[in-house]
Amino acid sequence: MAKKKVILSFPPRLIQEPVTNVLIRQFDLQITILRAQVRPRERGRMVVEMIGEKQNFDAAFKYLDEKGVQVDPVVQEMRYMPEKCVHCTACVAVCPTHALSVDPQTRELCFEPSKCIICESCIPACSYQAIESQF
Amino acid sequence: MIRTIEEINARIKSGKVVVATAEEVVGLVREKGAAQAAKEVDVVTTGTFGPMCSSAAYINFRQSTPKIKCGGGRVTIDGVRGYAGFAAADVLIGCSALPDDDPRNAVYPGLFQFGGAHVIQKLVEGKKVKLEVRAYGTDCYPRREYTVELGLEDLNDAVLFDPRNAYQLYNVAVNLGEKTAYTYMGVLKPRLGNANFSTAGALSPLLNDPKLRTIGIGTRIFLAGAEGYVVWPGTQHVAKPQRDAKDLPLSPSATLALMGDLKQMDARYMRAASVTGYGVSLSVGLGVPIPVLDEQVMVHCAVADEDITYPIIDYGEAYPMGRSGNLGRVSMAELMSGHIEIDGKTVPTGCTTSRVYSRRIADELRQRILRGEFLLTRPVAALPGAELAY
Repeated sequence: MAKKKVILSFPPRLIQEPVTNVLIRQFDLQITILRAQVRPRERGRMVVEMIGEKQNFDAAFKYLDEKGVQVDPVVQEMRYMPEKCVHCTACVAVCPTHALSVDPQTRELCFEPSKCIICESCIPACSYQAIESQF
Repeated sequence: MIRTIEEINARIKSGKVVVATAEEVVGLVREKGAAQAAKEVDVVTTGTFGPMCSSAAYINFRQSTPKIKCGGGRVTIDGVRGYAGFAAADVLIGCSALPDDDPRNAVYPGLFQFGGAHVIQKLVEGKKVKLEVRAYGTDCYPRREYTVELGLEDLNDAVLFDPRNAYQLYNVAVNLGEKTAYTYMGVLKPRLGNANFSTAGALSPLLNDPKLRTIGIGTRIFLAGAEGYVVWPGTQHVAKPQRDAKDLPLSPSATLALMGDLKQMDARYMRAASVTGYGVSLSVGLGVPIPVLDEQVMVHCAVADEDITYPIIDYGEAYPMGRSGNLGRVSMAELMSGHIEIDGKTVPTGCTTSRVYSRRIADELRQRILRGEFLLTRPVAALPGAELAY
């Protein structure tokens, strides 16, 4: 079993189509929607965690590609800028996944992108604009 | 008395002084006892770094030709309104001041991206700001409009003046309400979603000298990289708070009014803060040296994160409505563990004071003392409610 966290970007024409449903039923993938956003006239975006067999992933990505759904890995969506951070740790308490945490010894802020679900709760909590969302 | 301030300063000048940070003496006292630790250490350094909304700077700009009198007129710096109720060329800019056209909380929660604190920070960073003066004109100051770009070096004087900083004890903020509260204690999620605290704990200046036996009016301090002074009790200073067995306050207690030369300050120890939904604030780095005059000073400096307790206050309703009552007390050590228990619920904690920067400041102050660059002072007067050990 493989696990991937990706961002799916849907062109406006696909917004009414049950693409996620196809991924689940046809490719036997377990899909957790972490975040979804649709804006008028813009592409829709969804952060999903997918669990399934390797060959099913390959087929699913081929299907998405043919449909015109762009698949991007979740890497630089949330940008943490350590030079702006003062390590106050106000963001830590509002982070639901512990992607933001405090080193118990140094008391420095640690950001673990693989745990981030791009909920953006940390952005208003930071008074120093040390975290930016590109989502 | 183990040593006098004169003896400590003589040891600083001869390079023999022994300085420890307030965190380090916790372990030292546990290991060797306060009596021995007091014999070994001459000075304990403290530090804190967090938003201190009661911060301001006053400046004196060089006169234009013909001269202008801003007093009674209107002044803005980078669009932020300054206070112009003084003489011809003195302007005060408060860190929370905003440009007239800032939407504030009209678009809720407001972002407060630029204000007085940003102006002060720009000056300290060596950047230019735009001063605009509108005056009514007098015989001796005939000019009515003056616009100039200027930096710190162009000003006759620039002084940081903070009427209330360095709270001895502060609340832990939670939200019992049903909607998110945007407060000066940060974003508080509803139904006890998180708990925010604002203190440097064991490094906090006034918690290491809870009865203000060494800190008074005239105490020389580290203020945002410059030498500054305690100039007065801070506003809302409480002379006689309730105390626990270790003399730590249990109710609202001491605060300090501080001043320092903005021209000597260092942008690494000062940062404008845009507090979502609340406003602009200025995070100021403060370090206070504590001379170990007697064993009792060391007993107080040995305060640990486990010892200090803070009241938990509901900022959803009780605080804004001015209702008293707290939801219990919690120790700094518990707060630093990442979560606390309130009413049987596990609540994640976040802080608005940087322990990293607080340590950096306590250490920087230590280095300056060790290098002989920073001498200690005897206060000229005690703060209200205090008796000096000198």
